[in-house]
Amino acid sequence: MSEYILGIETSCDETAAAIIKDGREIVSNVVASQIESHKRFGGVVPEIASRHHVEQITVVLEETFEKAGLTMKDIDAVTVTEGPGLVGALLVGVNAAKSLAYAHQKPLVGVHHIAGHIYANRLEKDFEFPLLALVVSGGHTELILMKKHGDFEIIGETRDDAAGEAYDKVARTLQLPYPGGPKMDQLAHQGESNIDFPRAWLEEDSFDFSFSGLKSSVINTLHNAKQKGETLKQEDVAASFQDSVVEVLTEKAYKAAKQYGVNQVIVAGGVAANKGLRTAMQSKFQQEESVELLFPSLPLCTDNAAMIAAAGSVAFQQGHRAQWDLNANPSLSLERYAKRSKLER
Amino acid sequence: MNVLAIDTSNQVLGVAVSKDGEVKSEYTANMKRNHSVGLMPAIDHVMQETETTPDQLDRIVVAKGPGSYTGVRIGLSTAKTMAWTLNIPIVAISSLELLAHNVRQQNVLISPFFDARRGLVYTGLYESNYDRIHVKKEDQNILMEQWLDELQSYQKPVIFLSQDIKQHQSLIKDKLAKAAIFPPAIDHLPRAGQLALLGEQHNEDNLHELTPNYIRVVEAEAKWLKEQEQNG
Ligand SMILES: [Zn+2]
Repeated sequence: MSEYILGIETSCDETAAAIIKDGREIVSNVVASQIESHKRFGGVVPEIASRHHVEQITVVLEETFEKAGLTMKDIDAVTVTEGPGLVGALLVGVNAAKSLAYAHQKPLVGVHHIAGHIYANRLEKDFEFPLLALVVSGGHTELILMKKHGDFEIIGETRDDAAGEAYDKVARTLQLPYPGGPKMDQLAHQGESNIDFPRAWLEEDSFDFSFSGLKSSVINTLHNAKQKGETLKQEDVAASFQDSVVEVLTEKAYKAAKQYGVNQVIVAGGVAANKGLRTAMQSKFQQEESVELLFPSLPLCTDNAAMIAAAGSVAFQQGHRAQWDLNANPSLSLERYAKRSKLER
Repeated sequence: MNVLAIDTSNQVLGVAVSKDGEVKSEYTANMKRNHSVGLMPAIDHVMQETETTPDQLDRIVVAKGPGSYTGVRIGLSTAKTMAWTLNIPIVAISSLELLAHNVRQQNVLISPFFDARRGLVYTGLYESNYDRIHVKKEDQNILMEQWLDELQSYQKPVIFLSQDIKQHQSLIKDKLAKAAIFPPAIDHLPRAGQLALLGEQHNEDNLHELTPNYIRVVEAEAKWLKEQEQNG
């Protein structure tokens, strides 16, 4: 008998639901984006995001089940992002998930959002452990080592801004429309990397990241140029900035992959859609025949619920169950999440 | 008819099950707690106590606000999703109207209110008449002082109901003197049992389109709308 898992994701500005089969096959995957609404404000307004989620949640669920041609009777477990994310946004998904599970007396499983981003890849290519995941998004920049399913060890993380956050801030300085990240990537390809921005390597043996110095350097450079009456080409600024970010991400991921002798490197999260990063990673890992480099396809890089169901399926198989008092946890740590799964088994 | 009622719109967490116009089980917690944690266990409790299974429910009733933005969202996400998945009607009732139904006197005005900070309150005006309570003025967000001036003009006794009564009591007394009536403390608590019974009589709402009654727009949106106006 096949296993059908329902996933729900509302941690930021996408209301999403999905059904997957046997942990790896997408049956239906619906995402209602709020990007048009938040564009007006140049960024996500949490209260508005939460309001949209309440408006969208049953509509998105209905479409998910209709597309799948399934009903709740066919579902083996309801899985939902419990954190991290915007608390008001998370709450809508968590309470919807509890209602579905309660109404049909089905198991309920809470999922860590980053675990979801990593497991997005498993919908296209199965894992071969040990593996290294580079998770890069607006809220995260992490290097995560996985030795087996449900086992997450953070070996490096950002000490200040997330990579995507640095992208958004620099984009705002360049007065690019929201969301700035993809626009920066586009500009970078039209420009030349001719400005020498710093690379934060930190300590010799550290896999941590820091992007706030780079961000300040870009802002200062633009400011100084303006004072001297010079104009820097936006395209060149974007290209030079992107070069710095991508070089640090690529080098650190490469070094970590070698040190831990991994079989796969997965690049996940919204910034995994970045062309500059994809190209740099591909050329860096080209000569490493023992390491398989993987990027989820674009719709699976950005927030979706199929990835939550994929991570949730494994947690469900491992016996992880949430109770009726499941809450949203805006600062849920990945390691605590991994440890909890072990304890519950 | 088996009805499940849910109110998480303010500090009180209330759930109830009623059957054919009779409240069978009612749970009320009046504490500063996270409703997201407490709601589903409370629902499970009243359902088990009344030996009701989810598929035996005929209707879900929810208090739609005004109140805490997060609180009303917890209630509405739960009620909407449950009504949708069980394929049963949903009924949403004003949290202020629900409170107004705690009044038993005939021929009085009722002003239930929730504090909304900076001198503002969420309130509406209700009237009890011939065993019925009806809306005299729609729920709104208004300065308490201004609201009291309005109430004065009716020259009728007004019953005030609120969990936040202490904060506003002296101002109310100043403005309305003997016309202001303050019932005993228990009457200021919204009752989920009452919500269930009200829900049996109300018309059902459109499920997908049902949203909380926040009354206020988000600040960022208000600013944006103003800018749009100025830019013509
Ligand atoms: Zn994400």
